[in-house]
Amino acid sequence: MWRIIHQFGSPPWVYRFCDKVIPWLMPITIGALLVGSVWGLLFAPTDYKQGDSYRIIYIHVPAAVVALAGYYVMALAGLVSLVWRVKLADTAMRAAAPIGAAYTAIALITGAIWGKPTWGAWWVWDARITSMLILFFLYVGVIALFEAYENKTVAARACAILSLVGTVNIPIIYKSVDWWYSLHQPASIKFTGSSAIDASMLYPLLGMIITFYALFALLMMLNLKQSLTEEYAQSAWLNKRLAA
Amino acid sequence: MTETRDIDILHYCRSQTARHLMLMVRSPSEVVNPLLFFLLVIVLFPLGLGPDPEQLSVLAPGILWVVALLSNLMICMRLFVDDLEDGSLEQVAMARVPLSIAVLPQLLASWLASGLLLSLVSPIFGLMLGLPLDVAPVLVASLLMGTAIMLLLGAVGAALTVGVQRGGILLAILILPLYVPILIAGTRALNEALHGGDPTVALALLGAGVTGGLLLAPVAIAAGVRVSLEL
Repeated sequence: MWRIIHQFGSPPWVYRFCDKVIPWLMPITIGALLVGSVWGLLFAPTDYKQGDSYRIIYIHVPAAVVALAGYYVMALAGLVSLVWRVKLADTAMRAAAPIGAAYTAIALITGAIWGKPTWGAWWVWDARITSMLILFFLYVGVIALFEAYENKTVAARACAILSLVGTVNIPIIYKSVDWWYSLHQPASIKFTGSSAIDASMLYPLLGMIITFYALFALLMMLNLKQSLTEEYAQSAWLNKRLAA
Repeated sequence: MTETRDIDILHYCRSQTARHLMLMVRSPSEVVNPLLFFLLVIVLFPLGLGPDPEQLSVLAPGILWVVALLSNLMICMRLFVDDLEDGSLEQVAMARVPLSIAVLPQLLASWLASGLLLSLVSPIFGLMLGLPLDVAPVLVASLLMGTAIMLLLGAVGAALTVGVQRGGILLAILILPLYVPILIAGTRALNEALHGGDPTVALALLGAGVTGGLLLAPVAIAAGVRVSLEL
């Protein structure tokens, strides 16, 4: 047990681990993305109220789910780096931030595209949309803070503190935005999606959520490998590995 | 040993608070400028929205709170800058007093000079925006607590960005998303009071925010100061 944890703190081991996993994970993820998109976009039944426009759910919902989970991945890595001073956790945190921001942006953009035909507006100040937007700003803040520091070790510690502060705040922000929304609830906007979703629509959705998690893991490993290559460009183990 | 330490902490806090207050008295522009900013921005709103008092009073809670937020941001930008430049922040970090306590006197002094002052004069600004005088107690109470939480949260961001070139705009990006719950609770309290509702829930939430902030924020501020000093 402890050995596994120690191994995850070792850059050479993680680099090798990524090298081993990526050749498997990449084709599986791309395949699942293709299968899931085709299933969701072509074979899942048409919604009786929203027609085909609902199909964007197969991108929108997975992106939103994983975007939120991504923040916790980042904050957890930040915690590990702050408490145990594991340098690799810094790298992992930095690797997670842009991916999470991209997922959040995808969720927001697809939400706007979906909102136009169903709600009749590109942007609605709905509680969930607003919280997603704030999540996006939290991600951007971490990235901006990291970029601002010259010394990247210090930058990582600053980002770790910020992401932890953000983690404490996220539930409060979500609750408060829900509460704010109940203040001026627009009457007309209610969409059918909240009713029980049929299995024929649910399975491709679940599949896509899992696929998006896999994609997050894949992107993170690629990102991690790249950062490690930069960080340890002078190290013997990396040069040996690259030469092999 | 422990006994002298306890006395040390109290003595330290008192003398540091006095020092920071003295610094503010010596350079009054630091105290007055955020207030002037608050006033100026509030004047801009009627100019932009039109002078109709009814419309203004509908928008007043939001305007007042957003402007309070912005002027608080200005204060946070200055928070640790001078102390870092003249090296006293390093001395504070090296002192025998735990850093998470050692940063509190400055926050207290800043709050007395900014949050407290701003809250007390806010009814005047409220009147300018057509808010009835009977919501003034709620306005003052909500701002008293709101500015305290904002300062605590803002200090975390300020501690993290103080060593960074052009940290001001960065601070805004980091901190404004975290201010969302405060803004919501604050405007909610005012709106409830305006429309005959019960503002105590929103005020209680703000109070909870102050308590939670006082518990957690000093730890984060201390960690941030250590990062900025590269200790």
